[in-house]
Amino acid sequence: MLEYVWLIPLFPLLGAVFNGLLGKKIKNEAVIGGIATLMIFCSFLVSCGILMQLIGLPAEERVFEKVVFPWIHSGNFKADMAFLVDPLSAIMIMVVTGVGSLIHLYSIGYMHGEEGFYRYFSYLNLFAMSMLLLVLGGNMLVMFIGWEGVGLCSYLLIGYYFHKKSAGDAAKKAFVMNRVGDFGFLIGLFTLYWWLGSNHNVWTINFTEIKAASSLLPYGGVVTIATLCFFVGATGKSAQIPLYTWLPDAMEGPTPVSALIHAATMVTAGVYMIGRMSFVFVKAPDTMMVIAIVGAATAIFAATIGTAQNDIKRVLAYSTVSQLGFMFLAMGVGAFTAGVFHLMTHAFFKACLFLGSGSVIHAMHHALHHAHSHDDPQDMRNMGGLRKAMPITFITFLVSTIAIAGIPGFSGFFSKDEILWQAFANPFHGGLNIFLWGTGAIAACFTAFYMFRLVFMTFFGECRITAKSKDHLHESPLVITIPLMVLGFLAVFGGYVGMPKLLGMLPNYFEHWLEPVFATAQGYAQTYVHAGAHHSHALEWGLMGLSVVIAVIGIAIAYILYIASPSIPARFTATFPALHRAVYNKWYIDELYDFLFINPCKALGSFLWKGFDVLVIDGIVDGVAKVVMGLSGMLKNLQSGYVHNYALSMALGVVVIIAFYIFR
Amino acid sequence: METLAMPAINFAAIMPETILSAVAMALLLVNVFVRSEQKAYLGYLSLIGILVTFFPIVAGWNAPVELQSGFNGAVLQDNFSLFFKGIFLVSAALSILISDQYMQREGCNHGELYPLILLATAGMMLMASGTDLMVIFLGLELLSVALYVLAGFNRDKLKSNEAGLKYFLLGAFSTGFLLYGMALTFGATGTTKIAGIAAYVAANPMITGNQMFLVGMLLMGVGFSFKIAAAPFHMWTPDVYEGAPTPMTAFMSVGPKAAGFAAFLRVFMIALPAYKPEWSALLWVLAVLTMTVGNITALFQQDIKRMLAYSSIAHAGYVLVGFVAGNAVGTAGIMFYMLSYAFMNIGAFAIILLVGRKGEPNNNVADYAGFGFKHPLLGLAMSIFLFSLAGIPPAAGFIGKFYIFSGAIQAGYIWLAIIGVLNSAASVYYYLRVMVFMYMKDPVEEFDWLKVTPAHALCLLVAVAGVLIPGIVPGYLLELAQKAVFF
Amino acid sequence: MVPLPYYLIVSGILFSIGTIGVLTRRNAIVIFMCVELMLNAVNLTFIAFSHELGKIDGQVFVFFIMTVAAAEAAVGLALMIAFYKNRESIDVEDVNLMKW
Repeated sequence: MLEYVWLIPLFPLLGAVFNGLLGKKIKNEAVIGGIATLMIFCSFLVSCGILMQLIGLPAEERVFEKVVFPWIHSGNFKADMAFLVDPLSAIMIMVVTGVGSLIHLYSIGYMHGEEGFYRYFSYLNLFAMSMLLLVLGGNMLVMFIGWEGVGLCSYLLIGYYFHKKSAGDAAKKAFVMNRVGDFGFLIGLFTLYWWLGSNHNVWTINFTEIKAASSLLPYGGVVTIATLCFFVGATGKSAQIPLYTWLPDAMEGPTPVSALIHAATMVTAGVYMIGRMSFVFVKAPDTMMVIAIVGAATAIFAATIGTAQNDIKRVLAYSTVSQLGFMFLAMGVGAFTAGVFHLMTHAFFKACLFLGSGSVIHAMHHALHHAHSHDDPQDMRNMGGLRKAMPITFITFLVSTIAIAGIPGFSGFFSKDEILWQAFANPFHGGLNIFLWGTGAIAACFTAFYMFRLVFMTFFGECRITAKSKDHLHESPLVITIPLMVLGFLAVFGGYVGMPKLLGMLPNYFEHWLEPVFATAQGYAQTYVHAGAHHSHALEWGLMGLSVVIAVIGIAIAYILYIASPSIPARFTATFPALHRAVYNKWYIDELYDFLFINPCKALGSFLWKGFDVLVIDGIVDGVAKVVMGLSGMLKNLQSGYVHNYALSMALGVVVIIAFYIFR
Repeated sequence: METLAMPAINFAAIMPETILSAVAMALLLVNVFVRSEQKAYLGYLSLIGILVTFFPIVAGWNAPVELQSGFNGAVLQDNFSLFFKGIFLVSAALSILISDQYMQREGCNHGELYPLILLATAGMMLMASGTDLMVIFLGLELLSVALYVLAGFNRDKLKSNEAGLKYFLLGAFSTGFLLYGMALTFGATGTTKIAGIAAYVAANPMITGNQMFLVGMLLMGVGFSFKIAAAPFHMWTPDVYEGAPTPMTAFMSVGPKAAGFAAFLRVFMIALPAYKPEWSALLWVLAVLTMTVGNITALFQQDIKRMLAYSSIAHAGYVLVGFVAGNAVGTAGIMFYMLSYAFMNIGAFAIILLVGRKGEPNNNVADYAGFGFKHPLLGLAMSIFLFSLAGIPPAAGFIGKFYIFSGAIQAGYIWLAIIGVLNSAASVYYYLRVMVFMYMKDPVEEFDWLKVTPAHALCLLVAVAGVLIPGIVPGYLLELAQKAVFF
Repeated sequence: MVPLPYYLIVSGILFSIGTIGVLTRRNAIVIFMCVELMLNAVNLTFIAFSHELGKIDGQVFVFFIMTVAAAEAAVGLALMIAFYKNRESIDVEDVNLMKW
């Protein structure tokens, strides 16, 4: 089976070509969607076979490289079209093809009747192909091609509703920010390649060869520069500070796209890349610290912003940014396994949440449409009480929310708790650990809060749309709910493969599985990290308990403010009219919330969102763009159209050049 | 004073040029008897001539030196020049394929078009294989004089007149500098042969301190920089490209540039390696200036032909990066890049000339609104060309850029490579803008599109294949380019 | 016999006059004449060097330059006539339909 690894990206490519060329003629949605889904499902089956075969091998033999065809050979530069199968890429292909198949299936229902149905599936298949190329790439160039490819597909899919100006803008923003990151990736690649080559005559970009040669790399120095460049690439692709603002805007794309690209797969590419090159990153302690700090900061920034959003998809988008921050925190503290584990569980529950929100939006859209209402179907303030109308969506959504909030027994708990524990107990960052842990814990509290706020506003209480619309609310068809159920199941039980040793009920399969991948990195870490303080089990139990308590507090606040409080509001409106106006909502009047807790937080949230996001980040981006455009205008005017000026420019050029050389 | 010895004539060394010139002359005669609506046949005949010319080029590959060199060492048809000759033939053939329909629409399908293209191609070939400054000059002039006419070929249209006149005046001006440089070099070394200059410099190392020689080198550099449109000698490019008939813009954006690089490379790398620190510093600055000016000005352009003109300036800058690197990787990268550039740029122009009516070229970017959906195949082809121009995998443009930049890095020019990568990142913006219009805007106005004739389709097909195949499997072409490097 | 530097200085001055003429004159024909002046400065340089060094290459080169200049003149004048027919002027200030 391993020999056939090239089939995995080939199937979606065939699907993309087929739908891209013939889709317009076929017009039959079942055929188009069916073929796209079938193709990715075939990849899934091949991936399963590969996983099975890999499991059957002894741990140290689970590395396989397949050269499909020799690609660029010249002098000492060599890059093949090669795929690398190891425990890490096996997990990634399972996630991409598995979750990908479900989302393709879901899309058939969700995109029903949309103009350009074939285009959507063609792009979606193309995306799956690029993503598989990215995770399977045996050298940095193949990975880079996948890296660019997913950026391109993301661009095409965000701009899917291209008649909407906001969609076009969001697509462009995503692409440009990604290109900034890609630039970092390329520089990192060049630096590493050039340094290894010129100093040790190891001219390679092949991952296994770099791994073998990684003992030649120094600690810090040039490795810090290279890894920082790679990390810039990761921040672009994985929406970390400061390049995260494109992700919330990317919600302009269709919801399944948000689920697949902007939650489960593409945005985790940065995490995967760090995992893939863990043996290089570990050699740069400074980079590790930067990654940990950026990860923790992103986790809390995005979480606070999430509390102030009313658009259901935007909440989820900021939540994704925040969860990605957790993964980077894990990477930065050397807990690669925990990071990849969270990547996987996050793929399950966040995909489920996005698809659930899609199901809600779908239902709301229909209901509002029938009632000729122009309310925003994505605004949570228009929702409420949907649990009765949409029981399956509600249950799967609730389960995933519990998972992301970190309640024991659900997948998110295992992975997030592992990250927090590692942030606290890792031997890398000394005194910084307590802050990393604290930030992570607070972010977890916020997560629990805003996610339950979302659930309460959407599924509980009274329905806030007109009675006429309400009659049209109904559960989505099976093609939508089946993926929800599967993902909901995984959101609950997916975590049991990586149960912490402490709980001891099941062995931690996940850690054993990834051990050979990260062994080299761990080895390097031990050379400069002196055996860290040994932490007692009691402490680990205590922290685990604490993180549960934190999650429960978050949920409780959400409960008080969104379920219990609706009776109190009026008094506070009278008392604090100014404060109230600031957050005035059409139906929900949460004075208690405003007064006690949320208003400062919301202010912070919207400050970060409006102030930091819009002013600082966008300001810098726009500022650079303005300067360049201004320069462009100036240079353009030099091109006056007069022969004299052109000749003068030439003559001046000649005079300057000769004068410089003669009088230097 | 020595007597003038008749040089040994070796037609094998100039076979491609001979065939092209002969076909051109014959076509000029035939042209008299061809009615104006049947001028397309001249195009087919010239295509046959080009196909025939491929034979000596393929046969000459790896030929023994005595067959390659001729005329007392004035020409040398080595692998290097053969590779470039291949590029010239490809660009000439592709341009001829898209010419007839456009020229008919514009009402200027004069039969002289094809002989002029063939003669220009012969001129380029002389530039690539010339190892005597005299031959290089003659090749350059044969090329330039033909191009002046081609730029102003649509003689009833003021824009075309203007393009021709501007190109002519500035081209002649730059020729003055080139020649003065050659004269001073001749004065300093006593020879016009490249090998002779190299030998003289090797025998008299002190000459690098000779200012006359230095100025001669710099002036030659200026002359070549004009031909490849390097800033600040690039200003003619946008106007000439905009005004010239579109198929001719396609032709002159590729071939002459490649020819300029071929001669530039040969003169500087073989005759003047002793000056390498000097001229590579100069080219470093020119490369940065060229890339940046080209890309930044392109950002503002609304006219797509003009945008591609600025983009071609930027591409000359990327290629200069490979030149500065001056190593085998960089030089092979230049050759690879020029060939892929021929495919992608002519391909893009082939699409552009389909849009529009007589006299109203509809070259505004906004005219491409909805193009991608109305003509899915043409839209796909255009996207491929734009991706390749922007350097996004898996198109050939990416491999070429990758190769050039890694050559620069291997030679230690890290900053230059960084500036290059930054520039190509910025360039994505304006290429993407066209795609945004093609796929994300609704069409404003209906246009009559030109029909895609079989010849046109063939051109597009070849161009797409030429962009995609080396992009996905670059191995063979790279190997070829590496074998063609002359050191 | 006139020493070499004299020739070089004269040709340098001629070349500069030609260059300045190109930059300042407005009539396209006069500009082209200035270019011719530059080419003739080059010719003078070649001949002077050829004579000084005793190498005939320089003189051969001059023949080629003269021939090419004639060809250029033919093409250039034709272009100017075509332009004149459409614009009724050969003032280069009027050659600026395309800019920016």
